[in-house]
Amino acid sequence: MLSKNLEKREHFLSIKEDNLTWKAKMILLFCGAVIGIINGFFGGGGGMICVPILQNVLHLEDKYSHATAIAIIFPISFISAVIYLLSGTLETIPLVTVGSGVVIGGIIGSFLLKWLPPKAIKVIFAIIMLLGGIRLII
Amino acid sequence: MIYFLYVLAGIASGIFGGLGMGGGTLLIPILTIFFNFDQKLSQGINLLSFLVMALFSLYIHHKNGYVVTKHIFYIIIPGVLFSILGAFLMSLTSSKILKIIFGVFLIILAIIEFVKVFKKDKKKVKAKKKR
Repeated sequence: MLSKNLEKREHFLSIKEDNLTWKAKMILLFCGAVIGIINGFFGGGGGMICVPILQNVLHLEDKYSHATAIAIIFPISFISAVIYLLSGTLETIPLVTVGSGVVIGGIIGSFLLKWLPPKAIKVIFAIIMLLGGIRLII
Repeated sequence: MIYFLYVLAGIASGIFGGLGMGGGTLLIPILTIFFNFDQKLSQGINLLSFLVMALFSLYIHHKNGYVVTKHIFYIIIPGVLFSILGAFLMSLTSSKILKIIFGVFLIILAIIEFVKVFKKDKKKVKAKKKR
């Protein structure tokens, strides 16, 4: 299983810049625009759309697509963060307390990527999102 | 005490964020629903704490060799441009409406996630049958 993954990665890395088809480029550009609008509008969530695109268009394995999604969302979030700051929607104490927690959790999560969470956690995560979404609408 | 809970909520969603699983989609509803934050405040906090967190997690992922840089600019360039538009649209929308739209967005994401898990199961069953 592992050797298969490595093979795929090597296969991906051997693709030259020009070898990406015209259609694939257009799909990536379009998806980039969608990710940008959503991430700017909601202040997050772009990564969740980015992961399946990386998997299906660039054929990245799970771990690579999750890590690369963060690299893609970073500059996108940076620009919208500037606008959020300028529009004055932020408060210092919640930002610092929640933010420090996120940083600690983020470091823990990054080390855990080697053991990407099993499907059960993904399902629980989806259920939480569903309930949260319903609660927000009501 | 409440600050402790803030940090805890941050850690929980940070773990998912570092995994690239969508920490924001967890943090924003937690802050808005349980701590009664204004939707825009939740979103702004998520955005800024993600940026700091991403620096650390990208460093770790890069060291592990998980970050692929080829072709990603096709996504980043339109993404950056359109994120400006998205953030401006946010500033024009009231928190109340934003909350509802975000709720719909979460439900759609949850459904997609369910479908994905279900599909993978089907593939596995097929592969087993072939063997």
